[in-house]
Amino acid sequence: MSAAAPAGRPRVFIVDDHGLFRSGVRSELGEHVEVIGEADDVMPAIEGIARALPDVVLLDVHLPGGGGQLVVAELAPVLPQTRFLALSASDAPEDVIAVIRAGARGYVTKTISGAELVDAIRRVAAGDAVFSPRLAGFVLDAFASQGASAPEPSFDPELDQLTPREREVLRLIARGYTYKEIARELYISAKTVESHVSSVLRKLQLSTRHQLTRWAAERRLA
Amino acid sequence: MPVAGYFGDDGYVDEPTQSPDSPGPPLPGQAPSWGQPFGLPNGQPPGQQSAGQQSAGQPQPPKADQPPPAWSHQHRGADWSARVSSLRRANDGRIAGGIAAGIAARTGMHVGIVRTIFIILALITGFGLAVYVVAWLFIPAVGENNNIASRAITDLRGIAIAAVAASMLVVVLVLVTILGIGLFGKFGWPIVIAAAGLVLIWRNASADEQASLQRLADPLVGSSAGKMRSKLGLRLLIAGVLLIIGLTVLASAHHPLLILRPLGGLVLVLAAIGVVLGPWWLRIVRDLVVERQARIRAEERADIASRVHDSVLQTLALIQRRADSPQQVIQLARAQERELRSWLFDGRAPGSMDGVAATFAAAVRRIQQDVEEQHGVAIEAVTVGDSEIDDDLNALLAAAREATVNAAKWSGAQVVSLFAEVELSEVSVFVRDRGRGFDPAAVPSDRKGLAESVRARMERRGGSATIRSVLGEGTEVSLTMPRTAGQREPSRAT
Repeated sequence: MSAAAPAGRPRVFIVDDHGLFRSGVRSELGEHVEVIGEADDVMPAIEGIARALPDVVLLDVHLPGGGGQLVVAELAPVLPQTRFLALSASDAPEDVIAVIRAGARGYVTKTISGAELVDAIRRVAAGDAVFSPRLAGFVLDAFASQGASAPEPSFDPELDQLTPREREVLRLIARGYTYKEIARELYISAKTVESHVSSVLRKLQLSTRHQLTRWAAERRLA
Repeated sequence: MPVAGYFGDDGYVDEPTQSPDSPGPPLPGQAPSWGQPFGLPNGQPPGQQSAGQQSAGQPQPPKADQPPPAWSHQHRGADWSARVSSLRRANDGRIAGGIAAGIAARTGMHVGIVRTIFIILALITGFGLAVYVVAWLFIPAVGENNNIASRAITDLRGIAIAAVAASMLVVVLVLVTILGIGLFGKFGWPIVIAAAGLVLIWRNASADEQASLQRLADPLVGSSAGKMRSKLGLRLLIAGVLLIIGLTVLASAHHPLLILRPLGGLVLVLAAIGVVLGPWWLRIVRDLVVERQARIRAEERADIASRVHDSVLQTLALIQRRADSPQQVIQLARAQERELRSWLFDGRAPGSMDGVAATFAAAVRRIQQDVEEQHGVAIEAVTVGDSEIDDDLNALLAAAREATVNAAKWSGAQVVSLFAEVELSEVSVFVRDRGRGFDPAAVPSDRKGLAESVRARMERRGGSATIRSVLGEGTEVSLTMPRTAGQREPSRAT
């Protein structure tokens, strides 16, 4: 694994409504992380995480008692040390964006390999953002600045659009490049790639952009 | 999966092979040693050539601090010659050949002034027109080293057509002189030169310039068949009016019989010329039609070959590999039969998305589903933006499908990334695997697969394809298709 593990194995809490999937993830993660708890719905998850105080929560986007974003929205403000990583099979973009905007540090799909998942968990535990190709595509779509409509007034233009470099990094992620490959492609350091991705995450979470919410609304209608 | 198959009949091919029988104008690279810019002194290093051409785009004061080139001591006129040789026709802001814009950029004069000078010259003597066309022929465009004349010299058919056009005009000119109408006679010869030059330019200019020529000629002749038909009535009307006026003038002359006598001679001269030159003119026109038809046929054949490759040959390859599973073989054969039938009898091309998926993003998802189903490899598909599907995008989708199938079949990777982005000016698709990769140089250039199905298919539609592969690290195919004018906002050039 490229990212150095901070202080030993990260302690992980899994939230997913399918028992089979939880045990599958548990066995795939194996030795590399310490799974300290599981939950299958929103309320048990909030209670369990508040008690166990894990480093990373693997969070399904869809839960019977509401979206995964409820868990993040409830806990992220009070547990600054706990990071949330959304993990899901196939979701509507607006649900994924909602979980990220609630405070999750990343989104990966369930097709991810065991080794890659461990890597993603370590990155999130270290405070980095983890973007899967699909999330990168969603974000590019949501921030598409040259859309049909004219640019709208916004409170903070800085937050409301991506820089060309960030766009480039997202495109490469969407094309299936790893951070290391992106660094090589763009002649920058892997650390710089990380900081671009983190900056995109920040914009995604803090932007009050009308277009972002309208984009989500349009998606829901379609 | 055998490694040998990777380079087998479906293997990646990186050489840009030209499709068989592909016609078209001679490539610029094939032009013989004529390909030097107008007025370029022999022995000038090519480096200076390109430096001049890059700077020609912007107004640029002559640089006094630069040391004069070594050859300038040898000729008196070398300074002028160097100026002319670095003159380029402008691509931006041009109306016809970009000569006025090019001269303006070189000398610092205003474009409008240069244009006015040309127009005045054309109106006074007519030679402004001829000078303009000749300059168009001999001055290379920005970004090109060869002028059009260097390409035209190898275009024998173009020269023949120019000769026909010129000879027809000369005939008209002679008649006009006989009739004694001075005005046209004065403008005649420049017009003959300009017409012949324009024919050569039309035949040998780059596609870009042909478009601008077409735009110029459009209001005069009407380029499309539909327009021709709609304007036929108007033409007949004009012809009728002219005929009546002409007859009236003839009839109202004081000595009708005296005028009719030279007219009779005129008819005889016309008939003589028709007898001598007519068959030649006719043959040239007929040859042109035949040539055009041959080109269309060759393009069609290439298109059919790549479609058959994508559908029938792919299925046959799959059937061979799944020979131990009769159920799957039957299923594959049935699906292929259905597809072939719908192509042959309903006119729906295999791999095309008509009626299957309504939008580009849906079609990409469809590729994901199909390839996952047929080849058991996970496709991570990501799309950004969306649009309606037209013929260009259909070609892009077919190429993307082919690249994805190729990656799924040969790379050995478990996951293939498929990223498609619709932007204002273009649509791009990237197909990436982390499989075994290949050495592009080691693949024989006569293979089909990627070369014909992907690259040629993209290029036929004005798109492009690049393939990047590293042994042991994987392969990425990048496809880009510019969006047609109707879909995007009006561009600056129009």
